[in-house]
Amino acid sequence: MKITVKLFASFRTGRFEVETSDYPPGTTVAEIAERLQLTTAELGIMLCNHRHVKLDYELVEGDVLALFPLLGGG
Amino acid sequence: MKIARIDFGAAGGPQVTYGPLGEYAGLGGRAMTSLMVATEVHPLAHALGAENKLVIAPGMLSGTTGSMSGRLSVGCKSPLTGTIKESNAGGQAAQVLARLGYAAVVLEGKPLGNDLYKIVINKDGIQVIVDNSLKLLDNYPLVAKLRTEYGDKVAYMTIGSAGERMLLAASIACTDPELRPTRHCGRGGVGAVMGSKHVKAIIIDDAGAKMRPPKDPDAFRDANRKFVEGLRKHPVTGEGLPAYGTNVLTNILNEAGGYPTKNFKSGTYEGSSKLSGEAQAELEIKRGGKATHGCHRGCVIQCSGIYNDKDGNYLTKQPEYETTWAHGGNCGIDDLDTVAMLDYMDDNIGVDTMEMGVTIGVAMDAGLIEFGDKEGAIRLVEEVGKGTPLGRVLGCGATVTGKVFAVERVPAVKDQAMAAYDPRAVQGIGVTYATTTQGADHTAGYAVATNILKVGGDVDPLKTAGQIELSRNLQIATAAIDSTGMCLFIAFAIMDQPETFQALLDMLGSFYGITMTGDDVVALGKKVLSAERDFNTRAGFTKHHDRLPRFFYNEAIAPHNQTFLMKDEELDDVFNW
Repeated sequence: MKITVKLFASFRTGRFEVETSDYPPGTTVAEIAERLQLTTAELGIMLCNHRHVKLDYELVEGDVLALFPLLGGG
Repeated sequence: MKIARIDFGAAGGPQVTYGPLGEYAGLGGRAMTSLMVATEVHPLAHALGAENKLVIAPGMLSGTTGSMSGRLSVGCKSPLTGTIKESNAGGQAAQVLARLGYAAVVLEGKPLGNDLYKIVINKDGIQVIVDNSLKLLDNYPLVAKLRTEYGDKVAYMTIGSAGERMLLAASIACTDPELRPTRHCGRGGVGAVMGSKHVKAIIIDDAGAKMRPPKDPDAFRDANRKFVEGLRKHPVTGEGLPAYGTNVLTNILNEAGGYPTKNFKSGTYEGSSKLSGEAQAELEIKRGGKATHGCHRGCVIQCSGIYNDKDGNYLTKQPEYETTWAHGGNCGIDDLDTVAMLDYMDDNIGVDTMEMGVTIGVAMDAGLIEFGDKEGAIRLVEEVGKGTPLGRVLGCGATVTGKVFAVERVPAVKDQAMAAYDPRAVQGIGVTYATTTQGADHTAGYAVATNILKVGGDVDPLKTAGQIELSRNLQIATAAIDSTGMCLFIAFAIMDQPETFQALLDMLGSFYGITMTGDDVVALGKKVLSAERDFNTRAGFTKHHDRLPRFFYNEAIAPHNQTFLMKDEELDDVFNW
């Protein structure tokens, strides 16, 4: 299945900004993070199709996953 | 510490008196301004009249060696909202004023005649001087002129032409360490109140003054060290904010569907990546500016930066997320240079960037100019600086502009514009917008942290569960932090790290020679909010004012296709503690 992953802030360093790739069915957020060598401790905000998701969330064809480190502002 | 009062209505001209703290002993920042305004200002006073007071107060820890303690509170009855107002800024003023021994400087009464004043505060006391040569100067040329007389080792607080004209969006500028007038008490029209007293500039010179000494210097030093360690260790205050500034939120809010676009018509914006903090930081560095800069000495977070123009010359400080949104996506403008120019113009004229950006969005909805019209947006802000009739309407903010041009969609509460978070996609911030004592104000209870950023807990932004309690607790904590003189951004670290919160308590405790607990902080926050609520009640505000504009209840927007869901009875429960 095709999944689009968007990376932000420091996660882009040495990786990419946006990339659409093939993943096996049932792939979770945690598995994508592992493939990108992002540790769970680094992960701050995880959004799939504009909604917050957890590490065990199973993605489906066409999903857009956005991964951010822990960030703040205001 | 002492309180100075300047009576501008005194026979024979402004008169300065100095007094002890009295009933205000132990207070600072927002606690000082709000308690004093609630006690001394008639709630039905005209905000630009003799009965209103402008209270300028450094925080409880300002002027100490404590890190992050340089926030200044300015309080009054707001001419924009009609409520009590505390407007908070960084810059150098708070530290310098506190070192000179002032817990508050209060501008009272109303001058006769048309003379314009400057106030000089130094170790010898306070002088009020007529200086009509400053008339209608905007903030950058004004500070440049004052520097030729008072030099570079002072802090300046000034108003631009908007404050002199008493426009309702007028701000008070505080200079940063390099003497740029970029740190503003922006919200609520406090600059108009300073203008109503005919005060153009306050020059604060702490030559000969010392750091404020703690009661227990060793314990204070130890607590400050732990506090700084905690800020450096937390990913938000130690990495994200220094590297990308507050504008790192553009991509986050856009991905979360809570980025108000084209005057709150959508929750995502196709041009957001061009406005993002990532793009901004890269551009700043490429042009020889800075992506990391502190607004006052002693700041270890350094969330600001320096934005240069295409030729590498200084244009403005790094526009904040709220500014970049208000003048950017909210107006359908995806160009950082345009946003930076508008940021400079707002700082120079002396108006709140959020109120101005939202106002331009409302003007676009009215058809005055098209969404996305960069030159048009600049032209409208120029009108504000010129003081034309149109400029005066725009300079009085989103609500006035919406009324004049018959726009139904005006994103404001108690006549103050909302910030860069759509309450339909971030229900928790909607609770804060609706219920805060200040008019729509995201900083009053920043539920975005827990709803979106997942700092300090996890509450679903699209659901109503937990939002009332969250906003209540954040409003209480914020009222307390705003009283300490600490930058609100310390909250990201102290919410997640108990030892950093303890270090803050120990800084307060060792400075004042008291024991400070979490319960004391809560009690302080409640005391401030209660005084503010009481003032607003006496000023005529009821629970029916604690609501969002109807369109948030009636118009669902993409991507979540959801309205604001909080029930009125739930909103009425926020202050039931």
